[in-house]
Amino acid sequence: MGPADTVNYGRQTKLKVALGRRYHFAASHRLHSTRLSEAQNRELYGKCNNPYGHGHNYVLEVLVSGAVDPATGMIANLAELDAFVQRQVLDDYDHKSFNEDVASFRDVVPTTENLCIDIFQRLKTFPQATLEAIRVEETSNNSFEYAGEHTEEAAQ
Amino acid sequence: MVLLTRKIEFSASHRYDNPNLSPEENRRVFGKCNNPHGHGHNYTLEVTVAGEPNPVTGMVLDLKDLKDLLEREIMQRMDHRNLNVEVPELAGKIPTCENLALLIWNLLEPKIPAGTLHRVRLYESPDLFADCYRPGASNRGGSNFASTYFPDPKAEN
Repeated sequence: MGPADTVNYGRQTKLKVALGRRYHFAASHRLHSTRLSEAQNRELYGKCNNPYGHGHNYVLEVLVSGAVDPATGMIANLAELDAFVQRQVLDDYDHKSFNEDVASFRDVVPTTENLCIDIFQRLKTFPQATLEAIRVEETSNNSFEYAGEHTEEAAQ
Repeated sequence: MVLLTRKIEFSASHRYDNPNLSPEENRRVFGKCNNPHGHGHNYTLEVTVAGEPNPVTGMVLDLKDLKDLLEREIMQRMDHRNLNVEVPELAGKIPTCENLALLIWNLLEPKIPAGTLHRVRLYESPDLFADCYRPGASNRGGSNFASTYFPDPKAEN
């Protein structure tokens, strides 16, 4: 077995294996920046600036990598990953208003870009495996990805 | 460099059980995946090949060749099979999504007819998948297809 995030396999000297898991949550938000005027907010965010907010069914995709444990065939125990994501993200996010209920967005506009950054911070301490990246689908047509400080590097 | 992704689907059964663990430990570690009579999934496999388009054909590789390779190496080996019993390459391994993705990489990588294997992504269900790729490379495939394969019936746009 190679270093923690690689696996020796066949003719490949090293190969990365990652586990992807998708989670679902529903939440409301309003896109409104305190640094802009009311008119500028309406102009910039359009219907997302509606004062009463609106919501989405979000999908969160979590990608973790690590060595495959020969005893279990797994990178990380799924039940433990699920419990961690539940505790770190879903308990705080699901069926909430980002603007009103989630402290991370007190001074941060809850765009899905900013959700990605907040979720990455919440999940990067997962003890059993390395957090590679997260992806959030705000709708089935809009999705966002973040891989920490290495996002640009990883995209190349 | 261009990434080209082909998708196939197959159905197979499996069971997670480590003979070195007691029945109680197996149930604790693997939960319902330890059911003695097994269970099955509809797997979706995305195979991504990286390469430069050939100047004459405009192709990274001939998709027909890739399709034939996937039929021969994956479909005939795994489709409508019991992964524990009928796939000898998995003997002594737990047939998890991770191990299956590793096996698929190992079967395909030496035989990719042109370009190089960039990523293997295996979906066991809409919400669980494993990726294999080279360290230092990105895990990007041609696209992220999950929503296309498994559309959310509640999504409105």
